[in-house]
Amino acid sequence: MKVGVVTFPGSLDDVDAQRAVRLGGNEAVALWHGDHDLRGVDAVVLPGGFSYGDYLRCGAISRFSPVMAEVIEAAERGMPVLGICNGFQILCESHLLPGALIRNNHRKFVCRDQRLRIENAATPWTSSYDEGAEITIVLKNGEGGFVADEATLDRLEGEGRVVARYLDVNPNGSLRDIAGVTNERGNVVGLMPHPEHAVEHLTGAGVDGLGFFTGLVEAAFS
Amino acid sequence: MPRVVVDVMPKPEILDPQGKAVLGALPRLGFSGVTDVRQGKRFELEVAGEVTDAVLDQVHQMAETLLSNPVIENFTVRVEQDA
Repeated sequence: MKVGVVTFPGSLDDVDAQRAVRLGGNEAVALWHGDHDLRGVDAVVLPGGFSYGDYLRCGAISRFSPVMAEVIEAAERGMPVLGICNGFQILCESHLLPGALIRNNHRKFVCRDQRLRIENAATPWTSSYDEGAEITIVLKNGEGGFVADEATLDRLEGEGRVVARYLDVNPNGSLRDIAGVTNERGNVVGLMPHPEHAVEHLTGAGVDGLGFFTGLVEAAFS
Repeated sequence: MPRVVVDVMPKPEILDPQGKAVLGALPRLGFSGVTDVRQGKRFELEVAGEVTDAVLDQVHQMAETLLSNPVIENFTVRVEQDA
């Protein structure tokens, strides 16, 4: 599948995400924040980083970039979209995902190998995993605290829309240990930790993240 | 020139780590008696011409769409005349 990876001014992990997309058996297509079309891709990754310098709020300005108008429209038609870290923040600011991400409760940037449990293996991004699978991938964020009102949290849990949950420690104050969520349709996933940094043994915390990029192909052929 | 001020504050139920950091620093500097600090943002919009209801409507829209995130923040809009 052709997977677009959007580069915003200030994106950091776009090249890693492209590499992970290729290692997952897909073709990576570089997209630019100023693009007005998605170049025929089948799915989109919004990578981590500090788009627009995190000015105003993380993701608040990127959300209005030309390419995001296309991404939002495609997501609403059902195209798989994965937002990692800053990409998750952009998806929340775009209202494609509920809730918001605020500064870590302990106020420090956190960078660690983080254990997670995959709670929803039915999305195109998590279908390579078994439900309940425990994986370790890199987490690195300053504003990764997932918050939403109680009613929204209850709805997310009730509808099985919590995609991944933190294990061992809650690294950033996210409510109910939520590390990732999906939209009602299940095609848009936001995740605070970084699967694209856990795809090769040479670097990172193992290869537990690769499944996020192999699932697309499996979903397409299933 | 008239100025429209938009104040954006984290909602009361949302944790405000920055406000907490300021609250923690005050006693260390010898300031006592402050029981809570919330930190927000103030936007000063310089407006061309008169501030009509239509202009204020527009500012409300700006505040809702860009200046604040309604999931975690509240905002107020007011007009400030030159001192």
